Amino acid sequence: MPYPKRAGFTCPQVGLLAAAFVGLFLSAGLAQADMSHDMEMPASKYENVQVASAPDEVMIDNFSFSPISLTVAPGTKVTWTNHDDVPHTVVSSDDPHAFKSPPLDTDDSFSIVFSKPGVYKYFCSVHPMMVGTVVVRGQ
Amino acid sequence: MDDFKAFHEPQNLPESRGTNRRALLKCGLWAGGGVLWTISGGIPRSVGLGWGDAARADALGFSFVQVSDSHIGFDKAANPNATGTFRQAIQRVKELPVRPSFMIHTGDVSHLSKPDQFDTAEQIMKEAGLDAYYVPGEHDVLGDDGRAFFERFSKNTSGWYSFDQGGVHFVALVNVLAFKAGGFGHLGGEQLAWLDSDLKGRPSSTPIVIFTHIPLWMVYEDWGWGTDDAAQAMSYLKRFGSVTVLNGHIHQVIQKVEGTISFHTAYSTAYPQPAPGTAPNPGPLKVEPARLKSLLGIANVNLVPSNQRLAITDTPLDA
Repeated sequence: MPYPKRAGFTCPQVGLLAAAFVGLFLSAGLAQADMSHDMEMPASKYENVQVASAPDEVMIDNFSFSPISLTVAPGTKVTWTNHDDVPHTVVSSDDPHAFKSPPLDTDDSFSIVFSKPGVYKYFCSVHPMMVGTVVVRGQ
Repeated sequence: MDDFKAFHEPQNLPESRGTNRRALLKCGLWAGGGVLWTISGGIPRSVGLGWGDAARADALGFSFVQVSDSHIGFDKAANPNATGTFRQAIQRVKELPVRPSFMIHTGDVSHLSKPDQFDTAEQIMKEAGLDAYYVPGEHDVLGDDGRAFFERFSKNTSGWYSFDQGGVHFVALVNVLAFKAGGFGHLGGEQLAWLDSDLKGRPSSTPIVIFTHIPLWMVYEDWGWGTDDAAQAMSYLKRFGSVTVLNGHIHQVIQKVEGTISFHTAYSTAYPQPAPGTAPNPGPLKVEPARLKSLLGIANVNLVPSNQRLAITDTPLDA
């Protein structure tokens, strides 16, 4: 699944598929590999994140993205983490998809860096009723 | 059995089907626990399935079994052993007093489209010793738009295909690709055009069985339980006297009738889901372990040759 170079983001990371993706992105000249995978992190992290609602995190919970619209500065790495007991995805709503995560099983995370200002709408391709937006606002 | 060796002119059919099918065709009825739905003149009515009903067996033609939503790889609280319950479902198929002609799997074979999950499911399906026809669920097409699924389960087709058996025309449809944000199941123009031409020229008296993953009617809009271009497909089917639409996806048995078209959704073999709108979200329904197997199951479909009725029996695993 090649990622278009025009999109205003630079790097998806998911630990489970990191090896394959690193190869893909290095060859495309896009990647900075980040092997982080939230399954290895302590559970308390989530509680803190949920309470504090970190400015660059989107929780997937109860079949919804929270916050449903997230506003960040250019260059911010946004991370989605799935807390449901079924898999979800994070897929750009445009066609062709500017970004597309692998399936995120319970507690899996996915990150992308949004470098260009814009409004990025996305949805879950497993449950397309789930939609969200990342707004990247220039400073 | 010669009456039923009507396996002719397969259209766009998966490889390696059909060669040994005739040998599998048997007549009879399976009278298990549960409810028998008979479909007559488009109006289903339920009748109790007691011993007295076994007398009806003689009139029945051939049968096939539907399994659905095995979600191999699912291991969360709602059912930590989805592989085990799927194997149990196939065991139920093997124990049927009358051997079905074949099986259909209406999708979400796997939980995460992983090769080992497809492998496990395929091996367990083979334990039944029956030919099997598959359509994918959205869990089977993650990451590769279904390429691995189609390569394994419906090779040399467009994913959709049709075949004839026992005088019934079977059509497998794919409605889990090309999801759009905020959207529903989707068949797409290419598949609809194929369906139109596949049905053209068939006598309206031909019983039709459609099987797919997501319901072809709007079961519950808020949860996306419907197919946005299903009405177009239904317009091709309206002229037929007997149409049965079988699907999975919603992990519970629900029926609906529109004119001569009967819609029927099947149990999952992995975990139940809540009835429409009865929970904050459609996630796996956690029930007492003792109750789980009353909410998982299989469907057995019988053709009554004398009047072309299809009788569907849903049987939970604990029946």
